[in-house]
Amino acid sequence: MGLMDSMESNVLTTTYDKVFNWARRSAIWPMQFGLACCAIEMMAVLDPRHDMSRFGSEVFRASPRQSDLMLVAGTVSEKMAPIIRRLWDQMPEPKWALAMGACATCGGPYRTYAVTQGVDRVVPVDVYVPGCPPRPEALLWGLMHLQRKIDRMQVGIPKADPAKVEAAEA
Amino acid sequence: MSEQDQDKPPEEVPVSEPESSPSEPEGSPSGPEGSPTVEAAAEPEPPKEEKPPWLLNPQVPQWQDEDDDPTAVSLRTSCPGAVLSARSFAGDLILVIRREQIAEVAECLKNELGFGYMVDIAGADYPDREERFEVVYHFYAHSEEKRIRLKVSTADGTSVPTVSHLWPGANWPEREVFDMYGIRFEGHPDMTRILTWEGFNGHPLRKEFPVEGIDTGAAIYPEYYDQSQGPISGDGTGWKVPEPPEEPVAEEAEEAEEEGPQGDGSPAGGPAENGATTDGAS
Repeated sequence: MGLMDSMESNVLTTTYDKVFNWARRSAIWPMQFGLACCAIEMMAVLDPRHDMSRFGSEVFRASPRQSDLMLVAGTVSEKMAPIIRRLWDQMPEPKWALAMGACATCGGPYRTYAVTQGVDRVVPVDVYVPGCPPRPEALLWGLMHLQRKIDRMQVGIPKADPAKVEAAEA
Repeated sequence: MSEQDQDKPPEEVPVSEPESSPSEPEGSPSGPEGSPTVEAAAEPEPPKEEKPPWLLNPQVPQWQDEDDDPTAVSLRTSCPGAVLSARSFAGDLILVIRREQIAEVAECLKNELGFGYMVDIAGADYPDREERFEVVYHFYAHSEEKRIRLKVSTADGTSVPTVSHLWPGANWPEREVFDMYGIRFEGHPDMTRILTWEGFNGHPLRKEFPVEGIDTGAAIYPEYYDQSQGPISGDGTGWKVPEPPEEPVAEEAEEAEEEGPQGDGSPAGGPAENGATTDGAS
């Protein structure tokens, strides 16, 4: 990584970026993580009407080790939070998290002792999709937003450090 | 039915009047069609608002004494001194039972009176009372389709005899009552918390427990998730960039000894233990 840091972005790295980012954005494999009612809308995104497989996300892997995207759909209870964290840790890089619905974004209507006020307290979230539940088109908007975020990835810059990404973009 | 429909228009007035007179007071328009053709001509005032039939005679349920209910009577003979009061409200029979005898009352209900189905065991908190908690049992008799509710009052720290030896399905509801209120059940095989998580201290459904929760801290990876970022004090930035924690060399030797049987002394072994073990001791 030291060698990469010393190089400016040249045509070699940008072409590399383009190819790899295109590959990553075109085949995002989500991990099925439907926790509550938002899971129904997530299933609705898979049906033929709002087809998610045209975005490359047809295969919902059950195992975190084979997936790229953690689609947290539903209320995250405090009892489930360490399990979500453990599954997140088991996912290989590059990985993204999408918080679907009001409960995963901020706890939703449940300001209680048993609900984690947002899954971003346990997992670093890339895209938030508001709604209760969000319409399937809204989830597709979130997925496309994530695709645009993937397009901005650059080699040599760790994804988990947004400060470096900002500095490199500026 | 079709004959009635055909005959309905000409016979509307004489058919509807004897049906409606016992249930509605005279003078009010009856039914959706009503017979206003006969009565509206006689009414000088503007017609009153037509209420739907179910709002015409509202009945507010009252507590009624049921001392001569057959279930209460047979319970009083088989378990003397157990039934403190027998009342009914809106058709539900409710018996208040003495705390020490709840197990024998439940056995009597199950074996002799046919209430073989335990519907639910719930708790209630009345902070103004001396014995602030109440454990509420709901039973159902399939053969007679009858329901009964038993209430047992208990104070903080006083335990209630369990009924889980009669109904194995009472195991979890009693654990839930313990978890939410702190009421212990004597003779219960596994008196531990069931709905809240490991590391939780407190009983959430008590009246003094705040709805937003308290920062008891959960056994989440402590090196990734700041323990103080609970529901109250947290501001959503509790997670840290995932880097493996650096352990000093001296501690590493100790940890390697402790985690010898596991094979690897990696930090992932620690949090996995915290999260995975079920809490046997509360």
